[in-house]
Amino acid sequence: MTLQHYLVISAILFSLGIFAVLTRKNAISILMGIELILNSCNLNFVAFSRFVSIPDNPNNIDGQIIAIFGIVLAAAEAAVFLAIILAIYREFGSIRPDEVDTLKG
Amino acid sequence: MDSLKNIESLLYFIPEILLVVFAAAVIIFDLIVKDRESDKVAYLALVGLGCSLLAILITNSIIGTDEPRNLFFGMIRLDEFAIFFKILLILATSATILFSLRSEELDVKLKGEYFALLLAVTFGMFLMASSTNLLMIFISLETVSLTSYILAGFLTHSPRSSEAAFKYITYGAVASGTMLFGLSLIFGMTGTGDLAEIGERLPEVLASGEVTALGLLIAITFILAGIGYKIASVPFHMWSPDVYEGAPIPITAFLSVASKAAGFALFLRFFYSGFKAPGILDSVDWGLLLAVVSALTMTVGNLAALPQRNVKRLLAYSSIAHGGYLLMGGVLLTSDGLSAILFYLIVYLFMNLGAFYVVILVANDSGSEMIEGFRGLSSRSPLIASAMMIFLISLTGIPPFAGFFGKFFLFKAVIDIDSGFYWLAFIGLLNSVISLYYYARIIKAMYFESADETESFYSTKSALVLLTVFVIPTIFIGFLNIFYSLSGNIALQ
Repeated sequence: MTLQHYLVISAILFSLGIFAVLTRKNAISILMGIELILNSCNLNFVAFSRFVSIPDNPNNIDGQIIAIFGIVLAAAEAAVFLAIILAIYREFGSIRPDEVDTLKG
Repeated sequence: MDSLKNIESLLYFIPEILLVVFAAAVIIFDLIVKDRESDKVAYLALVGLGCSLLAILITNSIIGTDEPRNLFFGMIRLDEFAIFFKILLILATSATILFSLRSEELDVKLKGEYFALLLAVTFGMFLMASSTNLLMIFISLETVSLTSYILAGFLTHSPRSSEAAFKYITYGAVASGTMLFGLSLIFGMTGTGDLAEIGERLPEVLASGEVTALGLLIAITFILAGIGYKIASVPFHMWSPDVYEGAPIPITAFLSVASKAAGFALFLRFFYSGFKAPGILDSVDWGLLLAVVSALTMTVGNLAALPQRNVKRLLAYSSIAHGGYLLMGGVLLTSDGLSAILFYLIVYLFMNLGAFYVVILVANDSGSEMIEGFRGLSSRSPLIASAMMIFLISLTGIPPFAGFFGKFFLFKAVIDIDSGFYWLAFIGLLNSVISLYYYARIIKAMYFESADETESFYSTKSALVLLTVFVIPTIFIGFLNIFYSLSGNIALQ
């Protein structure tokens, strides 16, 4: 496995995430797309941390640390997102983004 | 430069610690106090902001003569630039708390969590203004975003507010995810998260051919998605009109001023400290990229504002346009441009918050934010009408008010150097003319149309006093030397 393998997988994950966000008609599926995007970034960070070495710091674990924080933030974001989806469901009786459109102009 | 260790850093971190302590205190106080009609919780939050401001001024006098400090192993940096933004953000948050108390839409009397969230978001913005590490940049951005989502949806019984929060978080989460992907690419190119080290290593790896210019351009574009979403620049501006319209008015005012200022702080520090080296600029000319984004942002913002009948939505588009003007200062990455942006942010704070405050007063009176509510305001309340006129003229950029001087320096920052960006200043000028049309429509409604109702305007003495606090700086900032020297002396290394 070289760096390229990881990067290709993370690029595919990222694209799938963007695709899900753009095409899904359900707020929960959009949340899953967002999670894919964030996890592709984490994969990137860990892969770079493993394969890229800089002269004065050969055992560079910065990327792995960033990935851990990335996981925490993804969880926080999911929590807030789900809370807002609940509020949306109470007000609109639906969690389809195309039915939540009172604001426009 | 050496960086301080964790314990040593705490001394310089007191303003932020105070904010967190008071955010917790506000929640506890809310549980203890039983009197549902008092404003005590809000005043406690204001005291917290005041203490934090005091601590900022003290830390400023400590580092004033010395060189900037890198705190927490170089995660954040305390310099004049950070202190400038911290003071600006404290002012914006204090104004938002006072607005919230006077807005009838928001029944926040003794709602501890509302004020605790406002303190928390200010804490996040402090970090945004001072982070110098990719990790810290992302964490601070997310802290601010997550709390803003909740604040935008704070009116739990209003469908508009919930919808605003939903749209905000959907766009916001995608934008910050995209930005994180860009940050991971930058990390992969340099192997470090520190902005100063990135600035040193990027020219090396570009020269050695390990990284291509195209790769760097892609990474920077991804990062601009996150920053552009925070400052609402085209094409990442779509959330802003809906969110600004649906959120409670004080929060709209807060997002349009404080969130934008923090976004610009992040933008400036990121590009001035990490990506300004000649070796990078030679291969990736992202000054042109910024110029195009800036021109599109102001044009789209102004054109979309033209047909609006809802003043809140109109001011939202106007705020997008102002983001475009502000970006003009960053195109050439000069110190002139930096001080022009900082100066404009001071001016923008007063005039935009003032305009939103008038919208709150009118909404309290008429129950809606439509332009019809402003009809005949000049006869019903001459003071508020003239204040609104001053804010609007200043937002347009017509002398003698502060907005004119602010715009003048932004234009000057583009024109000054022989760099071929004259067209951008020209587009900015055209846009100012367009913006006059929709600002003047509000003035016309206030002065030349007769009121629908004949009752006297509903407002209090203290409301007028607070309004004066915004009118006076809007008139006089342009004539006071201190503000020029304040914004002109700040540099980023």
